[in-house]
Amino acid sequence: MTAIRTPLHWAFAPLLAWCVPVAAEEVSLHGFVQGNYAARITGQELPGPEGGDMFLGEERLQIKLATSSQGSAFFLKTDVFRDAVARVSDLDVREAYIDSSSGAVDLRLGRQIITWGVGDLLFLNDVFPKDYEAFFSGRPLEYLKIGSDAAKVDVFTDVVSVELVVVPFFQSDQLPSSRRFFVFDPFPGVSSRVTEERRAELGNTEMALRLSRNFVGFDTAVYASRGFFTTPGMRPDSPTQVTLFFPRLATYGASGQGNALGGVMALEAAYYDSMDDRPGRDPAIPNSTARYLVGYQRQPWSDLTAGIQYYGEYVFDYGPYRDTLPPGFPAQDRLRQLLTVRLTQFLRYQTLRLSFFAFYSPTDEDYDLIPEVRYSVTDALWGAIGANLFGGKTETTAFGQLNRNDNVYVVARYEF
Amino acid sequence: MKTWGGRCGAALVVLLVTAMQAAPAAAADATETVKKSQSAFFEAGRDFQARVKMTLITREGQQRLRDLTMLRKNGEAGEQKYFMYFHSPADVAGMTFMVYKVPNRDDDRWLFIPAINLVNRIAARDSRSSFVGSDFTYEDVSGRDLSADAHMLVKEDQIDGRKAYVVESTPRSAAEYARKLAWIDQTTFLPIKEEYYDVQDALYKVFTADEIKDVHGFPTVVKRTMVNVKTGHKTEVVFERVQYEVGLGDDLFSERYLRRPPERWIK
Repeated sequence: MTAIRTPLHWAFAPLLAWCVPVAAEEVSLHGFVQGNYAARITGQELPGPEGGDMFLGEERLQIKLATSSQGSAFFLKTDVFRDAVARVSDLDVREAYIDSSSGAVDLRLGRQIITWGVGDLLFLNDVFPKDYEAFFSGRPLEYLKIGSDAAKVDVFTDVVSVELVVVPFFQSDQLPSSRRFFVFDPFPGVSSRVTEERRAELGNTEMALRLSRNFVGFDTAVYASRGFFTTPGMRPDSPTQVTLFFPRLATYGASGQGNALGGVMALEAAYYDSMDDRPGRDPAIPNSTARYLVGYQRQPWSDLTAGIQYYGEYVFDYGPYRDTLPPGFPAQDRLRQLLTVRLTQFLRYQTLRLSFFAFYSPTDEDYDLIPEVRYSVTDALWGAIGANLFGGKTETTAFGQLNRNDNVYVVARYEF
Repeated sequence: MKTWGGRCGAALVVLLVTAMQAAPAAAADATETVKKSQSAFFEAGRDFQARVKMTLITREGQQRLRDLTMLRKNGEAGEQKYFMYFHSPADVAGMTFMVYKVPNRDDDRWLFIPAINLVNRIAARDSRSSFVGSDFTYEDVSGRDLSADAHMLVKEDQIDGRKAYVVESTPRSAAEYARKLAWIDQTTFLPIKEEYYDVQDALYKVFTADEIKDVHGFPTVVKRTMVNVKTGHKTEVVFERVQYEVGLGDDLFSERYLRRPPERWIK
């Protein structure tokens, strides 16, 4: 997440909010005020000012401004927040884009959140950036997605809908940082880290394409993308320095979703072509993989939705990968499998929501359980309390490494 | 006397014959009546547009408001498409919801969540689920398959000076209710009142059409209430700015407009 820190921008945002509506036909202003806190319940603390038990504490004001006029529109969603753990106040432009529409063509220009694919919290063909730190520390779901600074063109025809996304400015995922989370570090003795962010160059422009149509009642889509891994590879440059870098990636995939077996069935697959390590011999770069997902959701009774997913990730050139992996490094399985379960029960005229989400990997033998209770006090005010409970056989796997970060979070939001 | 007695006997025979034929005829009539009623209530016009304001009221009097625009377009052979845009409350503002209804098949339902720019299918099987937390189920909003119930004409009645057929509908497979009594207006065929009974045959939900207006020649229930007599919770629904035959295109009911709701139609 890139937050703008200059005083100029602080002044600019309200000015923008003031000026734009004048010429527009339709203006809407919404937003919320939110308190969001999370505490680690394992009794363990990290060194450093941000590593205490209370590892999330923030108050946040979000402004959503939308204006539109004759086929074009402008949307701004920006947060001002106080991070009580880091003791800073900041501005976060979540989305800011212009929409234009003409005939069968839609154009969206600017910072925008894009979500592709049919997985529930599992992303195969969605190569757009995500904030896993937000997700694992109990911030509301929408903070899992980070806006991309992009141009998106949609073309609608009778045969197929085409969506082309061009992202000139690379944005990486936000992973749980070692400042606030206990995370696995393969180079614990090396303190100096350099991140090689992809420079804003034409040659580094990412492209993603999605073609979709309805096919015998199923929403089907095919995808292709060319860009970079959004999670970094780690390369030790010297005994004292590790470089984090983002290798090239191309993806190809397909998905389908529709009614089946009395519920909704979802299928998705993707091939990840690790362009910088096709032979699979560079241990710092992920190998090419094939990923697939089968999901099913239904309503067994009133106001209860149940969903299950099975996900697999198959590593190509596994032999070379194992051969070149330095001794002592944890090895990824040839086939990583993951199961998820979601249960959502609404009660009391949908003012009370009990939900449970579980990730469980039978191959990594790790899990993340997320129970949550949310109550709408009025139409404007809701509060939620939930937990992230991690565990695993080892502390080197995706969820296992978060074992010592079990946390309880609370959110209270007043919307207007 | 003899003449009179003869006439009387003839009348008795006619009555008996009528009574013997009445059972199957009444069932057929009842089904036909419900069909006409569904047509008047859920299918009027080629298309339909309204601003729908639902007020959810607890027994204690606490109110919540659901404000949405509803668009409907009829297709062939009883098929329908619905598009809903939520104006408020704030936590659902900007969400859109689309339904394709095909008789005797599960509905296709899509929900667009603007906060993460996601269009997702949602499971549709359970017709008992509450529509946006109100006392209305999805079926109460967009109709139920005619053949899902067995219909029987119980009697004729009058409500507020309106003549009504009273039809009892019994679900052929498990449903929210065990039986339903509907008072169907003999002129407009709109439901004036409905009573829902549970498996213990206790009344638990009552629907009333509180105001009926003629809109472009289509009698329309512009104000309705569903009361849950067990919980004391009720939902009042007002249809504002109702319009028929506005010329909604088929392309409107698509992912494109789920993501970018057409301003022209959703006001």
